[in-house]
Amino acid sequence: MMTFNLALRNLLRNRRRSLATLLAMAIGSVAILLFGGFKINIGYEMHTTHVRKDGHLQIQHRDFYLYGSGNPTAYGITDYKKILEAIQKDEVLRDIVVVATPALQFGGIAGNYAASVSRTVIGNGFVAEDANHMRRWNDFGLRSSAPLSAMEGAPADAAVVGTGVARVLHLCEALKIERCPKPEKQATASGPSLPDDIAQLSLQEAPAAAAMPGTVVPKIEVLVVNARGAPNVTSLSVVRAEDQGIKELDEVSMIMHLAKLQQLVYGAAPPKATSIMIQLRHSDQIQVARARLVTLLAGFTATQPLAVLDFRELNPFFVQTMLMFDTIFGFVFLLIGGIVLFTVSNTMNTTVVERTVEIGTLRAIGLRRSGILKLFVVEGALLGLAGALLGAVLALVLSAVLNQSGILWLPPASVAPMPFTVAVWGETGMILGTTIGLILIATISAWWPAYRAARLDVVEALRHV
Amino acid sequence: MTENSAKQTVNPLPVAVLTQVEKTYHLDSISVPVIRGVDVIVRPACFTVLLGPSGSGKTTLLNMIGCIDKPDKGEIIVAGCKVGDLTDDALSDFRAKNIGFIFQNFNLLPVLSAYENIEYPLLLAGVSAQKRGERVPKLLDAVGLGDKAKNLPGQLSGGQRQRVAIARALARKPKLVIADEPTANLDSQTGAAILALMRRMVERYHVSFIFSSHDPEVLKAADDTIFLKDGLIQGTRRKGVEAAS
Repeated sequence: MMTFNLALRNLLRNRRRSLATLLAMAIGSVAILLFGGFKINIGYEMHTTHVRKDGHLQIQHRDFYLYGSGNPTAYGITDYKKILEAIQKDEVLRDIVVVATPALQFGGIAGNYAASVSRTVIGNGFVAEDANHMRRWNDFGLRSSAPLSAMEGAPADAAVVGTGVARVLHLCEALKIERCPKPEKQATASGPSLPDDIAQLSLQEAPAAAAMPGTVVPKIEVLVVNARGAPNVTSLSVVRAEDQGIKELDEVSMIMHLAKLQQLVYGAAPPKATSIMIQLRHSDQIQVARARLVTLLAGFTATQPLAVLDFRELNPFFVQTMLMFDTIFGFVFLLIGGIVLFTVSNTMNTTVVERTVEIGTLRAIGLRRSGILKLFVVEGALLGLAGALLGAVLALVLSAVLNQSGILWLPPASVAPMPFTVAVWGETGMILGTTIGLILIATISAWWPAYRAARLDVVEALRHV
Repeated sequence: MTENSAKQTVNPLPVAVLTQVEKTYHLDSISVPVIRGVDVIVRPACFTVLLGPSGSGKTTLLNMIGCIDKPDKGEIIVAGCKVGDLTDDALSDFRAKNIGFIFQNFNLLPVLSAYENIEYPLLLAGVSAQKRGERVPKLLDAVGLGDKAKNLPGQLSGGQRQRVAIARALARKPKLVIADEPTANLDSQTGAAILALMRRMVERYHVSFIFSSHDPEVLKAADDTIFLKDGLIQGTRRKGVEAAS
């Protein structure tokens, strides 16, 4: 207690120097915490985006994730409705599952034959109401929200396409897409003539689309390979084009009603789904839900191998991005930690030199070397504690100010600007980790000057001028 | 133990005995012999003065008696203990228990009040709060600073600081107090008062004081005087004894 008291008073003795060191530490702590808060918020945003889009967990055919993109319909889950029923009835899952909904992925060709353009698409069939329900998930209390899909309440033949798909299919004007200049030279058909049935479809729809651009829902034709390997064509009304944020995805994305897609792919045969998306109330329920699903699926795997994947496995980009941010955060912490180390070390070295006579006096009146070491290490630790605590308080205040400032920014792969947010408040782990880390660094940096002080020769110290 | 009973139980054995002690300082390639084979006896409850000009080796001799420096040759026994055999930690503990220090520049801890400066050695020794509460005010009163307990050293005059230093040196009831030119930074009047105070402390607490000075005036206060020059004892004098070696 005496050591603590003495250390504290010694720090207050040279207030200006202590304050300068303390401020350097506090600024370091603020920088770490604000960047950490920014990183955490990006994590929350990405986490939420994936959970809103794909759910926390997906039940898929075991090989669908790796091989399904080639021919998705070949990896359909039979009896998916029974699985959904079992999930809804399960006493554990029914309390933690918010949405359990089937999805069917497909690959095909979308064409605006009236304009003689087409392109390959990768699409999904969803239950629109469930998809919109999933988009409302906000477990982290984010201020940004996902726009609801236009598919809910839309006709059975409705489709939503990526803005890139719409652009290539010359639907910008009809869908009122901004920043979509017309190409200088319109593509002209140079291949063989259209099959009769598709040409007939096209002729029926072309006048309507051309007559009143922007007021009539544009139609496109979609060609898919059905479950038996035969081509199947349907006409869809494009109700909206949605920017997917990434150009490559934007130029292939298409969404349609699950029932319509199942009809197209499976015809009169029993419909299948390529995945069952499961959204939970909270992300920390993933392990429990996954374990329960694996048990539940045991009754369905006799005829088809099924797997349960969580959103991190389905979105390795998310994991990689967070790892990258963690690495940057670690690097920033190391840099700032280094600055703190040298600042505190410099302060303590100066203190030791200034108090050499005092050290000699303390040793003469009976304080052991270890007592001197302890005294200066405690001073360093106290500096660290005060600096880190001040930094934490400043970071909380600054983060609150930043979060309320209304600054918007456009993160990569996002389609709409979102509020600039740094999540510091409530991030106890990060605050504690940073605070303890900085205290440890300050303590370590005080150790060497303290050791030197403890090794001073008593007579030499007393003789110091 | 009361002061009277203490008076009756004064240990007749010397507080410090130095035998053929030598000390040489090495400055680069030059060796400077500072103490050249001296024998010293510090008697219990006596006021011993080391007298000599600057550079005569007074401080070095005091440092060795105070166990903060070690001789190159010879033996030092303080309070019945061969201090040359002790480890650094053991020496620290030995000093805390047996030796008090008074410095020319007072060397009080500037962040502690007069009371806390005196209390500090007791805290180091783990003396209970109750005993500290009894001992420190008595010492403050003994040095005439009962009303300055809360003052920081910076708020005290030179003489008052040295009084606090004397009280601090006596806090753990040491057998020996080392005072290296304690009046050198004080005016003559204050110096005389400090000298008188130390003299009173010797009588009151029966502790041995060994005191270095180059001022012949301090001879009046001394029980024993050791004359030192060029690292050699030129002579000794005991009060009432004319003979000098």
